[in-house]
Amino acid sequence: MGQLLKELKETVQKLFEEEKVDLVIGYEKGTLPLRTTPCFIKNSKDAEKLVWNSACENNLAAYIPGMKGKIGIIAKGCDSRSLVGHLKEKQIERENLVIIGIPCHGMLDRKLTDKVLAGREIKDIEEKPEVIVFKGENFEETVAKNELLPDNCKTCSHRNPVLYDILIGEAIEENKDSDEFGKIKEYEAKTSDERWDYFSKQIGKCIRCYACRNACPLCYCKECCVDSSQPQWFGKSIALSDAQVFHIMRAFHVAGRCVDCGACVRACPMEIDLRFLNKKVEKDVRELFDFEAGINLDEPPPLSVFRPDDPEEFIK
Amino acid sequence: MEEGKESPWEPKLITFLCNWCSYAGADLAGVSRIQYPANTRTIRVPCSGRVNILYILKALQHGVDGVLVSGCHPGDCHYLSGNFSARRKFAVLSRLLEYIGIEKGRVQFSWVSAAEAGRFAEVITEVTEDVKKLGPAKRLVKNIG
Repeated sequence: MGQLLKELKETVQKLFEEEKVDLVIGYEKGTLPLRTTPCFIKNSKDAEKLVWNSACENNLAAYIPGMKGKIGIIAKGCDSRSLVGHLKEKQIERENLVIIGIPCHGMLDRKLTDKVLAGREIKDIEEKPEVIVFKGENFEETVAKNELLPDNCKTCSHRNPVLYDILIGEAIEENKDSDEFGKIKEYEAKTSDERWDYFSKQIGKCIRCYACRNACPLCYCKECCVDSSQPQWFGKSIALSDAQVFHIMRAFHVAGRCVDCGACVRACPMEIDLRFLNKKVEKDVRELFDFEAGINLDEPPPLSVFRPDDPEEFIK
Repeated sequence: MEEGKESPWEPKLITFLCNWCSYAGADLAGVSRIQYPANTRTIRVPCSGRVNILYILKALQHGVDGVLVSGCHPGDCHYLSGNFSARRKFAVLSRLLEYIGIEKGRVQFSWVSAAEAGRFAEVITEVTEDVKKLGPAKRLVKNIG
C-alpha cells in the first residue's frame, strides 16, 4: 500500500510539474479512521495530502460533468467505467482528461464494518492483503477483508481500470468465476407476488431524500425531472406508489449506463436494496442488446440506437 | 339496470396510438363499423417513440387496468426510426415491470398499420380479455390513506 501511495503522489506531482493538469481529483484522509474524503489537488505541493486505502469508496467520476480545464482523476475499475460513460455522453473531452488508474481489490462496506465493530471505537486500522486489523482502546480484531466487501465489489469483474493514461501499481487478476447476477436470478425465480412484496417492502423504506440520485455519477442533469414542478412529472406524496414510480424511473434512466459502482447503495440512509432494480436492468440490457456499460468508447449507449432485428417477442 | 344490482366490473384501458399508423387503423376500424370492446380510451401521440415510459407508469398510478402502446410496423415509421427506438425502451420496461411484480399483460405493445382495421379490433379485444382475466389493477395504483 505504501509503495502504491508513493507512486501515486509522485505521478500527481509530475503531472503538475509538466503542466499536464489544472486539477487532480483524489482522496484525502477523512475525519475518522476508515474514512476518506474526495479532495481537489491544485498544485504539486498538495499532492502530499493524497491517500490510497480500502476506504476510497467514492466514485470520483461523479465530479466530472461540468468541470472546466484539464482534469486528472484517480480511477478504480468502476470509476473508469463511469468515465467511459461520461466520455460517450460528451460530458468531457478525452484530451481534457488524464486518468490515473489504480487496480482495486474492493472497498470496505461501512455498514458491514459497523456491524463487526458493534459500537466500539477504532483508533487505527492496518491493512494487509487479505485481512483488515481494527485497533481500538482495548481491543484488536482481525477480519477477513472479503467479509467486509459490499456485494458489488464481491462480484466485480472489472477490478482493473478499463481506460487509463497512467496505471499505478500492477494490474491484478480479474474475478472470473463471479456470478454477478446470481441474486437477480434468485429473485426472478420467485413468484410475481413475492417479487411485488419484496419491491414494495424495499421501496416502502424510501424517504425520498434523493441521495441515490445525487450520489450517482450518471445523474448529472442540470434539472432532474423529479425536481420539476411545472409540469410536476413525479408525485411528491407519501404514497408508496409515488416512491415506486420514482425508483422505476431512476433504474430506467441508468439502463445501459449503470456500472454497478455502488454509489447509490452506499448513499442510501435507509439501506434500500437498490441493486435489486439496477442489476436487473443491467442484466436485461446485456441479454437483449449484448451490451455492457462503460467498456468500449466506440459503442453508443444501447437505448440511443437500434438494430432492425432487435428482440420483439413481447410485441403483439 | 335492475335496482340494487351492481354492474359487472369492466376494465379501463389506456391506448397510446401513433398518429400515422395505429390511430389511422383505429379510425378505419371506426368508419368500417368494425366492433371492438369500448373499454379503451385513446391517446394520440405523434409516434410510438414519443411514449415516455413515465406515461405508462402514470396511467397505472391513476388506476387504469391496462395500457396498450401501438405504433407502426418496424420499417414503416413515419419518422423512419421512432418505433425502433421505442422497441428497445419497451423491451427493457416490459421485463422490468414483470420483474417488480406487475402482472404480465397489464402493459402491452403492438404494431398496427393504418390499413389493419380488423387487426386493430382484434388487438383491442385480446388486450381487453387479458386484462379482464387479471382483474382490477391493484399494484402501483396511487392510494393515500
